[in-house]
Amino acid sequence: MKSKEDNKDLRQLTEEKYKYGFTTDVATDIIERGLNEDVVRLISAKKGEPDWLLDFRLKAYRHWLTMTCPTWAHLTIPDIDFQAISYYADPRRKTDGPRSLDDIDPAVMKTFDKLGIPLEERLALSGGMAVDAVMDSVSVKTTFKERLKEKGIIFCSISEAVREYPDLVRQYLGSVVSYRDNFYAALNSAVFSDGSFVYIPKGVRCPMELSTYFRINAAGTGQFERTLIVADDDSYVSYLEGCTAPMRDENQLHAAIVEIIVLDRAEVKYSTVQNWYPGDAEGKGGVYNFVTKRGHCRGVNSKISWTQVETGSAITWKYPSCVLSGDNSVGEFYSVAVTNNYQQADTGTKMIHLGRNTRSTIISKGISAGHSSNAYRGLVRVGENADNARNYSQCDSLLLGDQCGAHTFPYMDIHNETAVVEHEATTSKISEDQLFYCNQRGIKTEDAIGLIVNGYAKEVLNKLPMEFAVEAQKLLSVSLEGAVG
Amino acid sequence: MLTIENLHASIAGKEILKGINLTVGKGEVHAIMGPNGSGKSTLSNVLVGHPAYTVTEGSVTFCGKDLLAMAPEDRSHEGIFLSFQYPVEIPGVSMVNFMRTAVNEQRAYRGLQPLSANEFLKLMREKRALVGLDSKLANRSVNEGFSGGEKKRNEIYQMAMLEPLLSILDETDSGLDIDALRIVAEGVNKLHTRENSIIVITHYQRLLNYIHPDVVHVLYEGRIVKTAGPELALELEERGYDWIKEG
Repeated sequence: MKSKEDNKDLRQLTEEKYKYGFTTDVATDIIERGLNEDVVRLISAKKGEPDWLLDFRLKAYRHWLTMTCPTWAHLTIPDIDFQAISYYADPRRKTDGPRSLDDIDPAVMKTFDKLGIPLEERLALSGGMAVDAVMDSVSVKTTFKERLKEKGIIFCSISEAVREYPDLVRQYLGSVVSYRDNFYAALNSAVFSDGSFVYIPKGVRCPMELSTYFRINAAGTGQFERTLIVADDDSYVSYLEGCTAPMRDENQLHAAIVEIIVLDRAEVKYSTVQNWYPGDAEGKGGVYNFVTKRGHCRGVNSKISWTQVETGSAITWKYPSCVLSGDNSVGEFYSVAVTNNYQQADTGTKMIHLGRNTRSTIISKGISAGHSSNAYRGLVRVGENADNARNYSQCDSLLLGDQCGAHTFPYMDIHNETAVVEHEATTSKISEDQLFYCNQRGIKTEDAIGLIVNGYAKEVLNKLPMEFAVEAQKLLSVSLEGAVG
Repeated sequence: MLTIENLHASIAGKEILKGINLTVGKGEVHAIMGPNGSGKSTLSNVLVGHPAYTVTEGSVTFCGKDLLAMAPEDRSHEGIFLSFQYPVEIPGVSMVNFMRTAVNEQRAYRGLQPLSANEFLKLMREKRALVGLDSKLANRSVNEGFSGGEKKRNEIYQMAMLEPLLSILDETDSGLDIDALRIVAEGVNKLHTRENSIIVITHYQRLLNYIHPDVVHVLYEGRIVKTAGPELALELEERGYDWIKEG
């Protein structure tokens, strides 16, 4: 537990580092906007990367130049000027954000209150100071890192991993999501900034949820984040990404890649709670969250479980998927996607059954409110040799109000007659009768919606690690404020 | 406790209540009977503030306060409870969660601290035993998969948990067999004290054999056309409603 003294020191320390960062040469802090081969080389040089990685980036960049942005999604995406984006920013640079808690928008403070965000994290979340300063000062983090080291678990930034464990990174980077996979994967592979690298050695069960104390992404790296998780034979890890706090970012486009490799009898649980700035009530601004997440169940009896609670971003476009190569491997996808005001979401999953006796479960709960549009898109593919594949999919949509939309696009591509594939879908509204019943029992409408929505999403929220689950519940209520009436 | 004066109310532009006058004192049990379409459900819905109904004239005073000026949840906090004729199902919301939210919001309104998890569970067990509700039901989602009788029993259970000053039982007997009826009535009687009041809305005399009214009113075409003691209910049972309609 942090004491008051720690907090005081923390602030002083932060301000010092902040000032210090400000006196360095400003020219090196931000690269000019625009993307060309020189920019890619510059990014790689700034990070001190080895040739093989520069090569990887350049190949990706050159391939990206031959591609165009896909248009098949149920989304309206304004044209993005890729030359108007800055592709590298030192995370320690001065930002235009608030300098003290008093500078933070009172409405945002209210949200922080509702979500129970500690005071020391609020400034960082508002873009007001370099995040690593916060993280570095947290004494809990040091003991945490020691425990992991004892077990041989590697958990560090990708940049650090490239320096310290190059062979490991080289072996797996791009092996699940090739830069050729899609337009944004190519872009990310060329200009990725940073992200997490996790390696769990054989037979090791990671003793704590990774990322619990690293809830805040490093400022400026959320843009093109790259995460790589490798679980060796008989290992287990639960990884948490994101946080419930509303995250402001001056960078509108977020194109991340997450790759997961799971070997024999190992398991990775990957949970995401995402609340990037969704734009205002008129639909202006907001983050575009275009993510490629894929897990490879490479080993026999391997398992990957994706759980996501998506409430933010102006546009969400992502399909955390599982390739079930290993015999008896299991893939799971649990999702709650909320859209309000003018948000758009086209999200779902792909379960690719290749090995024998593979199983996949898909539970998708969409909640639409305001004028938003929420689409589930899912693919279940069973390969020719994938004997005895089993899939169960359930896609539910909940509509609040009559100006929003919910759509379902389930695809089934089955090439083996022993496959058993089940699909269920429901669409419902919160009825006025239900709300009035709650009112008559003394529960005001806002709380009634919270109860009903959380009940609806319960099945998915139960899959989240405890701490996240509690936060996610609050987040659902907060995201739907004012949605009915 | 409750004073209704010249209450007119309509739904979708059609006037249903055409000048209701009614006074319910503390500790009293009133029965409101009447043929279909007379406005019985409208009356109960208007009292609890259902948004589909519009009050066009008149006033309602509850414990000295203007009831019609309050939001439905505040009317509940002040002590009014409606046992719905057709209780709605709320899948995914557990009875425990639901009741806990309701009880704590009531306490907050009254300036009390919320109950701790332990205190609340203890209260639930106590009230369950009082009204004879199976613990299985208390662990399910609100009314989900409940039979008609179980739903009605669940209404009385919620009544026990919220301890209202005025309970309105809207056709609580509909859809119940004799045994279920008796159990529900027993629950209601146990909850009835000299400090709270009950309005029983029903078609039939049957329920009134178990829940004895002090006063019986007949509602016909939006007005109370007759008020008398409990014997009125027996007379209606024998003669039907025609003689009222003619008179």
